[in-house]
Amino acid sequence: MPDPTPDQTPEPEPTEAGSADEAGRQRLRAALLQPSRGQVVVGVLLAALGFAAITQVRTNNTDNTFAGARESDLVDVLSGLAVTSQHAQNDINRLETTRRQLEQNKRDQTAALEAAQRQAEELSILAGLVPATGPGIRVTITEGRGPVDVDSVLDTIEELRSAGAEAMQVNGKVRLVAQSAVESAPGGLRIDGTLLTSPYVLDVIGDPHTLQGALSLVDGPIAQFQDAGATVDVDQEKALDITAVRKPTTSQFAQPQ
Amino acid sequence: MIAALGLLVGVVLGLIFTPDVPPGLDPYLPIAVVAALDAVFGALRAYLEGIFDDKVFVVSFFSNVVIAAAIVYLGDKLGVGGQLSTGVIVVLGIRIFSNVAQIRRYVFHA
Repeated sequence: MPDPTPDQTPEPEPTEAGSADEAGRQRLRAALLQPSRGQVVVGVLLAALGFAAITQVRTNNTDNTFAGARESDLVDVLSGLAVTSQHAQNDINRLETTRRQLEQNKRDQTAALEAAQRQAEELSILAGLVPATGPGIRVTITEGRGPVDVDSVLDTIEELRSAGAEAMQVNGKVRLVAQSAVESAPGGLRIDGTLLTSPYVLDVIGDPHTLQGALSLVDGPIAQFQDAGATVDVDQEKALDITAVRKPTTSQFAQPQ
Repeated sequence: MIAALGLLVGVVLGLIFTPDVPPGLDPYLPIAVVAALDAVFGALRAYLEGIFDDKVFVVSFFSNVVIAAAIVYLGDKLGVGGQLSTGVIVVLGIRIFSNVAQIRRYVFHA
C-alpha cells in the first residue's frame, strides 16, 4: 500500500483520469452487487455514524435550552438578558408615568366638562332656552275697571326677581328673561312683541313662600293692582312646568371681555 | 451494499430510539459526527482509487472521532472551546470538500 491514509492520496493526473475513473466505477458497481466481508465492518461503522448524526440532529432540533452551552456563553446570555430586562423595566416605568398623566388629564377634562355642562344648563334656564320645572307660584291678575298699569307689571316682575325667581312665563306663551320688554297696547299688554290679554297668568319658579311674601308687601305689587281695581290670586304650586322658550339670540354688539 | 444498508439501519435506529445525548458529551457529538463523515468520504475516495483497506478505514474513523473530540475538549479546558470547535469544523469541511471533489471526478468524469 503506497499511502496508508486514504484521504492523503495525491490528486490523479488529468491524463490518466479516464482509465482510473472506469476502474473506480466498476469497483463501486461491484461493491453494490457483491457484498464482501470487509463491508460488514464499514456497515457497522456507518450505522454508528448514522445513529450519531440523527441523534445530534434531533437534539439540535428539540433541545433549545442551554444544557450543553459553555459557562462563558451562559454568562453572556445572562448579562444580555439582564440589560434587556433593565430596558424593559425602564420602558414600563416611562409608560406608566405617561398613563398616569393621561388619566389625570382625563379626570381634569371630565370635571371641566361636567362643570361646563352644569353651567350651560343654568344659563339655558336663565336665558329661557329650555323648558323648566320646579316649585313656585302662579299669579293670576284679572283686569277690573281698566287696563293694568305697565309699571305695576314691571314692579311685580322686579319683586319676583329680587325674591329669587329663576324662571317666569306669562300666559304660557312668553318666557320672561333679562331682555324682556313690557309695554301697554290696545286691549292688553305687549310683552316681547306678543299681545297678551287679561287674565294674565304669571308662572314663577322659585321658593313659593319667599315669592308670595315679596308680592304681599305693604304697597307691594298686589296692593298696586288692587288699588287699580284688578283682582290678584296667588297659588303656591309644588310642581310648576314652564314650557315657553325663547329662540337663542346672538349678541350683535356685546363681546365677552 | 452492506455499507449503505448499515447507514440506513443507523438512521432508522436513531429515529426509533431517539436517545438523549449525555450532558457531558453534548459539545463533542457534532464534532465527532463531522470527523466521522470526513473518514467516510476519505474511505469512499480510496475505494474508488482502488486502495481501500477496511483496517485503515476503521482506524481512521476512530482516530478522527477521538482526535476531534480531544481537540474540542482541550479547547474547553483552555477556554477557547467555541473557537477551536469552529476551527476543527472548518478543517474537516475543507477535507470533505476536496474528497468529494475527487469522488465526483471518478463517478461523473467531471
